[in-house]
Amino acid sequence: MIEIENLSVTFDANGRRVRAVQEVSLRVAEKSSFGLVGESGSGKSTILRAICGLAPISGGQVRIGGEPVPAPRGKDFAARVQMVFQDPYASLHPRHSIDRTLSEPLAIHGIGDSDARVMQALRDVGLPTSFRFRYPHQLSGGQRQRVAIARALMLQPAILLLDEPTSALDASVQAEVLNLLMRLREERGLTFLMVSHDLAVIDHMCDRVLVMQHGRAVEELSREALAGAQMTTDYARSLFTASADRMLGG
Amino acid sequence: MSLLSVRNLRVTFHTEAGPVEAVRGVSFDLGRERLGIVGESGSGKTITGRSVLRLIRPPGRIEADAMTFDGQDILHATEAQMRALRGPRMAMVMQDPKYSLNPVMKVGAQLMEGLRQRDRMGRAQAHDKAVAALEAVQIRDPARVMEAYPHELSGGMGQRVMIAMMLIPNPDLLIADEPTSALDVTVQAEVLSILDNLVRDRGMGLIFISHDLRLVARFCDRVLVMYKGRVVEEVAAADLMRARHPYTQGLLNCLPRIGGARGPLPGLDRSADWAQ
Repeated sequence: MIEIENLSVTFDANGRRVRAVQEVSLRVAEKSSFGLVGESGSGKSTILRAICGLAPISGGQVRIGGEPVPAPRGKDFAARVQMVFQDPYASLHPRHSIDRTLSEPLAIHGIGDSDARVMQALRDVGLPTSFRFRYPHQLSGGQRQRVAIARALMLQPAILLLDEPTSALDASVQAEVLNLLMRLREERGLTFLMVSHDLAVIDHMCDRVLVMQHGRAVEELSREALAGAQMTTDYARSLFTASADRMLGG
Repeated sequence: MSLLSVRNLRVTFHTEAGPVEAVRGVSFDLGRERLGIVGESGSGKTITGRSVLRLIRPPGRIEADAMTFDGQDILHATEAQMRALRGPRMAMVMQDPKYSLNPVMKVGAQLMEGLRQRDRMGRAQAHDKAVAALEAVQIRDPARVMEAYPHELSGGMGQRVMIAMMLIPNPDLLIADEPTSALDVTVQAEVLSILDNLVRDRGMGLIFISHDLRLVARFCDRVLVMYKGRVVEEVAAADLMRARHPYTQGLLNCLPRIGGARGPLPGLDRSADWAQ
């Protein structure tokens, strides 16, 4: 479904070239869930942004469903691929009501019946329909992230790019949002490409995981290999041992 | 004798909708050890930490049966007495370096400010001490960091700058409010080991506020679990996995595990008696 070949992203920061992503390749099968894990600055979010056209691709290719992504991305792309951002406090327009946030993609794509669709979208992510005319500041972090997920699903995309969707949330709220994502994936047959620094979250959500460091791919692991601690590189192993999950020792 | 003793602490905020009790009767003692306070957002853990320093602005009100620090009554201390305590004797590392450092002041100037004002130190001497403090928290390039503005630092660096700043006056009690939640696991381990060394070498008391139970279990000696302004359970960190309170168990169970079951994660049951 998603094929990335030798992707490189280079930024120009005050005349200094920053190579955020260097020749990373990965393939995400249809209806599967793929995780990217690494420290901040490892380039994992940049890959998602490059897919959406939010970061400049300086080398390599991104293909969705076998076809190279168009530049600029355009409406058809938006209808197939959507992104959920990390910080639900920053990714919703503070002065737009939930209703306006959710109906905007419909208006842009000329899809009618927005009333019913907005109500259904709220129900799908487990929010009461009375939230429709609230503003983001009237919602908790977990509720905002649910709105962000609802917004991403308005156009019924096949692919969701998830950029640390739960790292700003409490453990109990994280569990609720992860459960919601799992349920939606199952019901709609979505393909997930998910970024997280928490190996336990990635393991819970994804079938395969790519460990990244300094913009490069370090090691790709299946879920079984991760659980069995069968990583071959030192860096992947150090991430695994430093993972808070291992701290329980039980 | 314990370093800090808090008895029946209550913190009330008066809002338009009536008084809200953010902390409802919290008691604990702290020696020269690492005490963890864990809970979700809104459980009152940060407010408890701030209350110890009396950093609650009116209309918020702090009430308690007793609050003593090293034998001194901090519940009835005057503002001037509190000012003498804050910094040199007890300090707090705030949650987010993005909001807690002055954005328009170089890091070096912020680190030196206290030394110049409080300790009446000369510029060169203060500079040396600030650099030493940055080195103590393992910042590799202290000269560059001294000349940088907060926005030029990564989250991990900012966090370490704040820890360095709080440690310059060598306090007896450090309250760290989510000092590592913005950091990567590997940097997190580094910051924790810095704090750990300080507790051991300087005999400092540490209150470690966090929402991450697993982290606290590994790092602290003792843990208070808070929910809705109350301490629901106090447990030795080593026994946390055997915690008996349903809320503590719920917090532990809702975390995904590597190699764990794929099914939905258990949510928290907030309908029980203890949640009221």
